[in-house]
Amino acid sequence: MSVQPLSDAAEKTAGDDGPRRSGPRPRRGAAILNPRIRRAVRENLVAYLFLAAGVLCFALFSWYPIVRGALLGFQQVTFAEPARWVGLDNFRRLFDDPLFLTAWQNTGYFTLLALVFGFAAPFATAVVLNELRHGRSYLRMTVYLPVMLPPIVTMLLWRQFYDPGPGLFNSVLEVFRLPAQQWLESENLAMVSLVLVSTWANMGTTTLIYLAALGGIPGELYEAAELDGASVRQRLWHVTIPQMRFILMITLLLQVIGTMQVFVEPFVLTGGGPDDATVTVLLLLYRYAFVYNDFGLASAMSTLLFVVLGLFSVVYLRLTRSKG
Amino acid sequence: MAAETPVRTLIAPAEMNRRTGRFLYRFVLVATLTGFTVAFVFPLYWMTTGAVKSSSELADQNLSLFPRSWHPESYADAWTNVGLGQFFLNTLLLAFGAWLTQLLIDVSAAYALSKLRPVLGNVVLGMMLATLMLPVSALLVPTYLTVVDVPLFHVNLINTPFAIWLPAAANAFNIFILKRFFDQIPVELLDSARIDGAGTLRVLISVVLPLSRPVLAVVSIFAVVGVWKDFLWPMLVLPDEAKQPITVALNRLSEFMPANQLLAGMVMASIPLLVLFLIFQRHIIAGLTAGSLKG
Repeated sequence: MSVQPLSDAAEKTAGDDGPRRSGPRPRRGAAILNPRIRRAVRENLVAYLFLAAGVLCFALFSWYPIVRGALLGFQQVTFAEPARWVGLDNFRRLFDDPLFLTAWQNTGYFTLLALVFGFAAPFATAVVLNELRHGRSYLRMTVYLPVMLPPIVTMLLWRQFYDPGPGLFNSVLEVFRLPAQQWLESENLAMVSLVLVSTWANMGTTTLIYLAALGGIPGELYEAAELDGASVRQRLWHVTIPQMRFILMITLLLQVIGTMQVFVEPFVLTGGGPDDATVTVLLLLYRYAFVYNDFGLASAMSTLLFVVLGLFSVVYLRLTRSKG
Repeated sequence: MAAETPVRTLIAPAEMNRRTGRFLYRFVLVATLTGFTVAFVFPLYWMTTGAVKSSSELADQNLSLFPRSWHPESYADAWTNVGLGQFFLNTLLLAFGAWLTQLLIDVSAAYALSKLRPVLGNVVLGMMLATLMLPVSALLVPTYLTVVDVPLFHVNLINTPFAIWLPAAANAFNIFILKRFFDQIPVELLDSARIDGAGTLRVLISVVLPLSRPVLAVVSIFAVVGVWKDFLWPMLVLPDEAKQPITVALNRLSEFMPANQLLAGMVMASIPLLVLFLIFQRHIIAGLTAGSLKG
């Protein structure tokens, strides 16, 4: 990330219009620099004119909120009066809330389950799809269809599937003479049900990324392994997975970062219930801010979430840096 | 779908051609095709046909694969009586505006960063890209408070579409892929346009943009899809029910609406995106890998 030196820019722009330049004969010293500098300033002004709207949007809706978010956690904010500094008060109140720990545990549980389902399913799918010679574009399209649905539609649809009365899932279980389940109403099953929807809705993206990566593995590697007598399973273990290691790590991290922010699933399907079994960090943060209007408390929660996710982001950055 | 050109993968062609290989291949193929259809297409079928079932049929414990009686009027009822038509149009407005603002703001910013290269341009770009690393939800509260009272201008954007459009334009991903594409356009091309007397804006419009159609398609699709799918942010910044997009309205009304009209509304909320996907599959998948693969 180096700043382009002014003289460099001036040099370049001056060279651009050499043949057309008219005006006073160039002389040595400061006089020759003046038009160059003037021109450089003008070019920079034009450039910044093009950049202005973007910079303004970022400044107002991205950079400023970042700074403000860091400070808000230490403030008490009401719309009636200006923000007041309260030190670590918000954090203290946060730790006193019994739901705080529950929310983190639930989120951790969701993330873990989402990794088990959401990591294995797309990988297996991609490996199988990569072997198939027929119907590939159809399969690729169908697996991505749920990604295109608005999440709210997915949740409302699955809410009907999970319905303990005329719900699709219990009817299917009944066909196989299996006991009906309280999908969203049972403390043990509610979180699993949320992870199932989430995996269904999101696995298309990961599958297609894996598929692209699998397509990049050189065929000679498989041929060489085969000559060495490696079975299909050994080839999968010793060629495919090592070749995919980087992309697997990246999606793992991105998935952790993504699932730690789960909101729509519990918000629409369970509202945090039953008995707070599906209250997640973001759901609690939403309640703090937009139900209780306690923006300071919510921001303290954001700060903690940011720190935790930041650790994963640092790992992500390290990985992509070392590769690129 | 015809077989694609064979590339050596995990399983050798010879293994595939053995009798057990061929049998296994057929088995896996059929299992995958039916499995995927059941898992990913059937729910959409269920939603679409559920909307034309009668309320009593939907409440029946014995589920029906095909509607026993047809009530296509539930779509019309949902559109007019429940007012989903208005919410649909609201979404359309939000998506179109977000598309326009993102293209205008992000294309000109990327053009400046890629081709005009102002002093400190790389610093600005770095600061923009750094925001990609931040989790959106950690910025939910401060961004909301910013929209309530925008600094410098001291306007309240709540219940205006700008609350959706402007934060969406601060999109580092867009600027990143646009800039990377613009970087590939040879400088000589721009220079020769300059020599022909084209100004900076003219070069952008008549040289850079026509060459950038693929990347513009990617940015456009992601802009529209992103706003169309969004739920939490519009729910927060558009509390006025008359101004809400269909996603927010559906969730709010889901408790009160008759089940078949709710399903009809869900189909309406999904169809534009599904159509978009069927048309622009290639671009969407290209954008997906462009954003995530290249480290």
